[in-house]
Amino acid sequence: MYKNSQSHYGVVSVLLHWLVAISVFGLFAAGFWMVDLNYYSQWYRTVPHWHKSTGILLAIVMLVRLLWRWYSPPPAALDSHRRWEKKTSAIVQCCLYVGILLMVISGYLISTEDGRAIAVFGWFDVPALGALFTNQADIAGLVHEYVAYSLIALAVLHGMAALKHHYIDRDHTLKRMFGRKP
Amino acid sequence: MKKLLLAASVAAMMTLPAQAADYVIDTQGAHAFVQFKISHLGYSWLYGRFNTFSGDFSYDADKLTDAKIQLTIDTASVDSNHAERDKHLRSGDFLNVSKHPKATFVSTKIVPKAGETFDLHGKLTLNGVTKEVVIAAEKLGEGKDPWGGYRAGFAGTTTLSLKDFDIKMDLGPASSTVQLDLTVEGIRK
Repeated sequence: MYKNSQSHYGVVSVLLHWLVAISVFGLFAAGFWMVDLNYYSQWYRTVPHWHKSTGILLAIVMLVRLLWRWYSPPPAALDSHRRWEKKTSAIVQCCLYVGILLMVISGYLISTEDGRAIAVFGWFDVPALGALFTNQADIAGLVHEYVAYSLIALAVLHGMAALKHHYIDRDHTLKRMFGRKP
Repeated sequence: MKKLLLAASVAAMMTLPAQAADYVIDTQGAHAFVQFKISHLGYSWLYGRFNTFSGDFSYDADKLTDAKIQLTIDTASVDSNHAERDKHLRSGDFLNVSKHPKATFVSTKIVPKAGETFDLHGKLTLNGVTKEVVIAAEKLGEGKDPWGGYRAGFAGTTTLSLKDFDIKMDLGPASSTVQLDLTVEGIRK
């Protein structure tokens, strides 16, 4: 039930997948909105704080997800998937993992250049490593911005592909991601 | 031949213009500061500075009105002791440093006032906008330094309106202006 099998996703993988999906879109929306907030907005301080806190938690979730993936590998692609579909989806999914990793690292580097720790919802602090290279906050900021748009574009592509399998190919791909067995 | 050389060098010396004392601002030894302060919410001061700049001035105590100064500031070097805020200050909301990496001040005239104080008029270019500003300045001192050189130091203050320099971010009514504080120590060239 918890673990993946040859043909279906277990509860853990399903939950991790949707948790990450919601977090990524939520972080993107918050990030997109917060950078243009008015200085006197009541959200000016809280939203960046939530954004950073959630980002750190997402990093932990991703670490758990990778460990789980290693411990309980995902099922094989459906037989009905064409070769190019298997290849493309594998590349996109790999890019999504790399993109999230880059977002976490670049976000951390923006906030910690001056040695300030990142407070996660006031529960605990992630210590800073300080400045690791010159113009760190600016360079990391650019990476954070460009990777964010790329990641969201890829995530939308990933989601549309799932819908294509569901509505056009009428196969089991999307249902499987909700833990359904074939 | 010797006489000719001597005559030539004497002639050369005579034709040199009268030396106004030229100084280079001591950024090498960091005895010069470009700092600013701006109100935070109307409740306190936020201080910052530009770490990288260069400039020189010419000054003669007897001919104050002939004095000149020019200063070039690397706007990306803004430092308010908070990396995230500095990143924001460099962005399009404030200083647009990728578009306008330099700020400059070039003096145009000097109006002496009481004692060692004077008004330093000049053109300040910041965020791509050039405006006439008046810096209320004061000579702090001059004389020989302990290492064989000669130094002169000045301080000056002016207040800029953020709007005048096309700075878009609205920090609230108490923070619409920023006070610029310059302290320069020059080493005579």
